Amino acid sequence: MTGARTAPNGDGPLLDITGLAVDFDTEDGVVHAVKGVDLSLGAGEILALCGESGCGKSVTAMSIPGLLPRGARISGSVKLEGRELTTLPARALRDVRGKEISMVFQEPMTSLNPSFTVGYQLGEVLRRHEGMSRGQARARSVELLDLVGIPAPDRRIKEYPHQLSGGMRQRVMIAIAVACSPKVLIADEPTTALDVTIQAGVLDVFRDLRDRLGTAIILITHDLSVVADIADRAIVMYAGRAVEQAPVTELFARPRHPYTMGLMKALPAAVTAAGVGERPRLAEIPGMVPTPMTDPDECAFQPRCPRAEPDCTASRPILEKAVSESPADGHTVACFHPLEGEGR
Amino acid sequence: MTPVLEIDGLVKHFGAGRGQAVHAVDGASLSIAPGEVLGLVGESGSGKSTVGRCILRLTDPTAGTIRLDDTDITHLSRRALRPLRRDVHIVFQDPYSSLNPRFSVGRIVGEPLRRHRVASGRELADRVAAMLERVGLAASLSRRYPHELSGGQRQRVGLARSLILEPKLVVADEPVSALDVSVQASVLNLMTDLQRDMGFSCLFITHDLSVVKYLADRIAVMYLGQIVETGPAAEIFASPQHPYTQALLSAAPVPDPVEQRERSRVVLGGDIPSPLDPPAGCRFHTRCPVAVERCRTEEPALVSRRDGGGPVACHLVTGADVPDLTAI
Ligand SMILES: Nc1ncnc2c1ncn2[C@@H]1O[C@H](COP(=O)(O)OP(=O)(O)OP(=O)(O)O)[C@@H](O)[C@H]1O
Ligand SMILES: Nc1ncnc2c1ncn2[C@@H]1O[C@H](COP(=O)(O)OP(=O)(O)OP(=O)(O)O)[C@@H](O)[C@H]1O
Ligand SMILES: [Mg+2]
Ligand SMILES: [Mg+2]
Repeated sequence: MTGARTAPNGDGPLLDITGLAVDFDTEDGVVHAVKGVDLSLGAGEILALCGESGCGKSVTAMSIPGLLPRGARISGSVKLEGRELTTLPARALRDVRGKEISMVFQEPMTSLNPSFTVGYQLGEVLRRHEGMSRGQARARSVELLDLVGIPAPDRRIKEYPHQLSGGMRQRVMIAIAVACSPKVLIADEPTTALDVTIQAGVLDVFRDLRDRLGTAIILITHDLSVVADIADRAIVMYAGRAVEQAPVTELFARPRHPYTMGLMKALPAAVTAAGVGERPRLAEIPGMVPTPMTDPDECAFQPRCPRAEPDCTASRPILEKAVSESPADGHTVACFHPLEGEGR
Repeated sequence: MTPVLEIDGLVKHFGAGRGQAVHAVDGASLSIAPGEVLGLVGESGSGKSTVGRCILRLTDPTAGTIRLDDTDITHLSRRALRPLRRDVHIVFQDPYSSLNPRFSVGRIVGEPLRRHRVASGRELADRVAAMLERVGLAASLSRRYPHELSGGQRQRVGLARSLILEPKLVVADEPVSALDVSVQASVLNLMTDLQRDMGFSCLFITHDLSVVKYLADRIAVMYLGQIVETGPAAEIFASPQHPYTQALLSAAPVPDPVEQRERSRVVLGGDIPSPLDPPAGCRFHTRCPVAVERCRTEEPALVSRRDGGGPVACHLVTGADVPDLTAI
């Protein structure tokens, strides 16, 4: 559907999400956090989910393994290898979470328990989900820490989280997440709190997992340079919807949605290539993101869009094949007046 | 021209119990010329914010000197500092926690005028309105409270508060790091406009290299409490000299998949050493891909390069041929 490689069994993508919508009932009314996301992920694929704060990236991610908080109303379909997850009973969903889909979050310190050693926390996962003995779990833990690039893993497993640096803790979280060889790893801003030198190492770990274990990865980030570095394909979200989807080189070479173009042009890097210290004006996107409390039947970006026409308020554009011929397949955009692909 | 700010051998240690100390800043020297923007970069925990806080005397330095416009402020009493506080202001990273939630926007922006008894009544209100307009906020926002504003609006309020006394120096600590790109772009444009108009100098602290590349005239790179390289921004980006600077620049991804995937990277091994017990010799030697024996024992000074470029603290750069790590 959206250009994902097919799963090994040949029938459809590994993960297939259609019409995903999530509402929250709050004191102030209903928050429409996600209003319709279609997403497919092929085996061994790295898919980036990007867009600005509040556009619904984390809520989309959390809804995949059924981790939304109470009070969230989810609709649409989430299928893993053809099996519907949104209707699974809690127990079955817990198994999916342990073994088939796992998650890594932004802040590694809060996700690790400070009072247990790294080895205990990793071993616990292996004993519970894989039924390993203490000795087996220990040996496997050392292997896993080695896999995520932690030096001297046999010494490290005896340490507590506070004895590790931020980058190390994030690697431990990744080791825990891949302990049961999940098919899908969902990483929500996994490097946002890390230094660039450390981030580069963690991104290498993701690449390595994909190459060696064939793990498919959904990487959530607001950082377009991280997308450029690691993703095969990317989805740009705006106000709860996917507005553009394409293979990464195609997306950066020929952004079609005016919002995607706006994001790329607003980056300082868009103007510094010519010379350092000139400080030409950066392109701004005027206006603000719409409130998630309403959902009018129109293009959500239209009030801020330089290409808006009267028809943009008449109905809402859906994610469709980009109009003109493009060399790369599977470029879709939700816009009535997309850019012609003239490049950045 | 006298520098607006001159720091010499700045040291700040925080007691950490059991006779230990966090070596947050350990002999940092830098200066900022009038109207100059100096970008201070370096990894988390390298001491950037502590330098900023020492300049503002929000924390007292352990050793070294800080001169503002040729006045040594290192040991000035709170009272003696007071008039100088008009000249230096800080903009913080977190637009949420740095604004008092119980004060209206107008009150927050006008506070420095009130504290320094520069204006009151009608005049104060007029200057607040003018400043709000200057940072692109409607005067009607002055009755609103911080929680009613967006992140970008809050950061503009922070800027307005910092600039209302027309300071000579602004210390901006990660002022755009919490903002989305589109909002960041407008705040950076605004800072550029205001800086060109008002001519203040700026110490711009950030870990985002694309932002310093855009904004800074000069750059200082910190590693574990020390400045390892400084120089004109264009020069540092074109040919970084210190191995840490090279690693840092090569690790920062660029938003272009074709270019990014062709770049080579200087990979750093080892852990970031503890600031409680920084390594002897060159502090970077435990992670440096080209360290030699001398680096383990002898601390390199920040000295000018033989080719006349900006100063670098590396035996290999100042003592021999420049290593090109990206070629390894
Ligand atoms: N538990 C909740 N209750 C009510 N609203 C929520 C809840 N969780 C998220 N939201 C709202 O849903 C929308 C999407 O939030 P989400 O966390 O997915 O954004 P995001 O794209 O991950 O942003 P960020 O980049 O800041 O992490 C936001 O408007 C948010 O305020
Ligand atoms: N009040 C304090 N008490 C004890 N240690 C402190 C204090 N403030 C800072 N430190 C320590 O001093 C070192 C330098 O901290 P600083 O906040 O200056 O780093 P930074 O370069 O600004 O890092 P970041 O990029 O994460 O903001 C760190 O090891 C930090 O933990
Ligand atoms: Mg999020
Ligand atoms: Mg800091």
